Amino acid sequence: MEMLSGGDMLIRSLRDEGVEFVFGYPGGAALHIYDALFRQQDVKHILVRHEQAATHAADGYARTTGKVGTVLVTSGPGATNAITGIATAYMDSIPMVVISGQVASDKIGEDAFQETDMVGVSRPIVKHSFMVKHASEIPEIVKKAYYIASSGRPGPVVIDVPKDITSPAETFPYEYPKTVKIRSYTPATRGHTGQIKKAVQLLLGAKRPVIYAGGGVVQGNGSELLTELARKLNYPVTNTLMGLGCYPGTDRQFLGMLGMHGTFEANTAMHHCDVLLAVGARFDDRVTNTVSKFCPSAKIIHIDIDPATIAKTVVADVPIVGSVESVLTEMLALVKADDKTPDADALSAWWKQIDEWRDRHGLYTKPRYRTDGDAIMPQDVIRTLHEVTKGDAYITSDVGQHQMFAAQYYLFDKPRRWINSGGLGTMGFGLPAAMGVQIAERDAVVACVTGEGSIQMCIQELSTCTQYHLPIKIICLNNQALGMVKQWQDMQYDSRYSESLYEESLPDFVKLMESYGHVGMRVTDKKDLKAKMEECFAMTDRVVFMDIMVDPTEHVYPMHVAPDGSMRDMWLSKTERT
Amino acid sequence: MRRIISVLIENAPGALSRVVGLFSQRGYNIESLTVAPTEDETLSRLTLTTLGDEHKIEQITKHLNKLIDVVKLVDLTEGAHIERELMLIKVKASGAQRAEVKRCVDIFRGQIVDVTSSLYIIQITGTSDKLDAFLQAVGEAAILETVRTGVSGISRGEKILSL
Repeated sequence: MEMLSGGDMLIRSLRDEGVEFVFGYPGGAALHIYDALFRQQDVKHILVRHEQAATHAADGYARTTGKVGTVLVTSGPGATNAITGIATAYMDSIPMVVISGQVASDKIGEDAFQETDMVGVSRPIVKHSFMVKHASEIPEIVKKAYYIASSGRPGPVVIDVPKDITSPAETFPYEYPKTVKIRSYTPATRGHTGQIKKAVQLLLGAKRPVIYAGGGVVQGNGSELLTELARKLNYPVTNTLMGLGCYPGTDRQFLGMLGMHGTFEANTAMHHCDVLLAVGARFDDRVTNTVSKFCPSAKIIHIDIDPATIAKTVVADVPIVGSVESVLTEMLALVKADDKTPDADALSAWWKQIDEWRDRHGLYTKPRYRTDGDAIMPQDVIRTLHEVTKGDAYITSDVGQHQMFAAQYYLFDKPRRWINSGGLGTMGFGLPAAMGVQIAERDAVVACVTGEGSIQMCIQELSTCTQYHLPIKIICLNNQALGMVKQWQDMQYDSRYSESLYEESLPDFVKLMESYGHVGMRVTDKKDLKAKMEECFAMTDRVVFMDIMVDPTEHVYPMHVAPDGSMRDMWLSKTERT
Repeated sequence: MRRIISVLIENAPGALSRVVGLFSQRGYNIESLTVAPTEDETLSRLTLTTLGDEHKIEQITKHLNKLIDVVKLVDLTEGAHIERELMLIKVKASGAQRAEVKRCVDIFRGQIVDVTSSLYIIQITGTSDKLDAFLQAVGEAAILETVRTGVSGISRGEKILSL
């Protein structure tokens, strides 16, 4: 058997696990591992400029490819800098393995230089974590980590590796395990057949059905099945922020996103539905509004791979624990085999009602924002982006108004195209996530929709883009303020803008771009928007930053009325509500 | 409602902290907690008592089950079970009080395990209710120090919590 040091074993295990890219940043406790990386070619390392970006890039890579993202950081500050990205991945159930260096075993607990209890600090935001006690454990721990991260409900796994474990001084026999079994971990696979039958009967008997699909459909590779089922039944579909793209956004049966900033037609249909099929969604507070008023007349079918998600906030009438893929396959087969078909008259009346809602306040039947002024409207920027990229780009976003505008107006037709931090809401996510996407899809068009606030939270990564030739397009909706904070201050705090304005302190993004060797463009005139955006995307081999000065007074609508509102209670503009 | 949840966990470093962390992280209560390795050295058995309605207890057991280190668990209060807690208590015992305390210990079937001229150390086992009742019977004024192990429990009859 081959004899390897701990450091070599770790990198070899990654290779044997099929890891192509590691996103990381070196430091003292990780140097043996970095030396092992240097002495091989199979596993490629992407050097970021801040560990937070390493986790977001690995996250973007994972969301695009469906594979596990891999991060390598050093102990102490390296590990703690990774925390925000681990939490981001945890909240959105993204498969990720984070390897952190640790001080030598005999120094642990002595407050050694760059020591942090990484297993302890990360505990509430990981699916599981390991502390390596002996080099010989490395192959099995790595195998387990990737298995745990990618199976069941995916999530981040931390492997903390003390420096002495990776020392080149000693070698041990190396063999990478082919399979791994963990007696205490048996993730659900198939759903209960009886429950699935019950669900199908309920579904076929519906008069006002809605399919509510979330990130689990994207992650669980259930998009095609869900689309087939919805089309077969001719039922309306709404997506959560995380689920966008799992059903074609430009399809007639698509109602748009639901929730706090969901469309009028999606939220209103949810409120009135009699049967709700929830797939890979978790009834998040940003979806349900007041839980006690949520979908008052609906029988709820809830499919999720995580039993703890079922009945966490909203109780399901037919809960089904299982993978979206296997449950939808069974449901589809039963629907096809059943003689019963949905009540055509009821369904046509339901569609008529939905179309009337679309006509009245829908986002896609006509613009619901000001179109006659001189200001560039943020909604128009996203619509232009959709037009110029033919709706086929990978779009990452940061967090705030620009994120909601992108979610509302870039109609995603494919899954894994919309990459955003939905659960944790991490500003600074967009640019590093776009790097991960571009590394996975070298020839794809990747755009990061951001704001002048969010982009500054990880702007150092412009340098990483230079080093690895990642021609990301940054679409910055510049309203010179923390737009979403300001919107809430307008709506709830009588426009007292407490610390949400930048007061002329913003950098000249065009010059900043130039200093990194990238291209900066400023758009101040509405008339130039489309031409400049075409020019931007024509520069296929360059990083381009479009600093677009948008209307600083614009709000995101619809917006749920809170507290105490139901799904259908929304502000539709600054003055109009349902 | 008070529940006794019995959990088999991997006897591994950090396993206990994951269980305890889960409770504080999700805002659940731990009333008492006791843990020790089992006859199978790779496993520890943990008994915890918690308060909550049915919905909360369901969430607690689901989230405990999600922890990778948790092998198996059972809510003992769902069926017939035996629960025991052990308490050591140091009380003042001088003069007339001495005989009174001794009588009380006998009634509750406790044992006096250490004696000085002015105090007793008493050992008493039973359900938590019984221990509470004993404390009340002895009276607050006499109590110098108490220590309780927390509840341990096991199902009655054929039901077995093992691998």
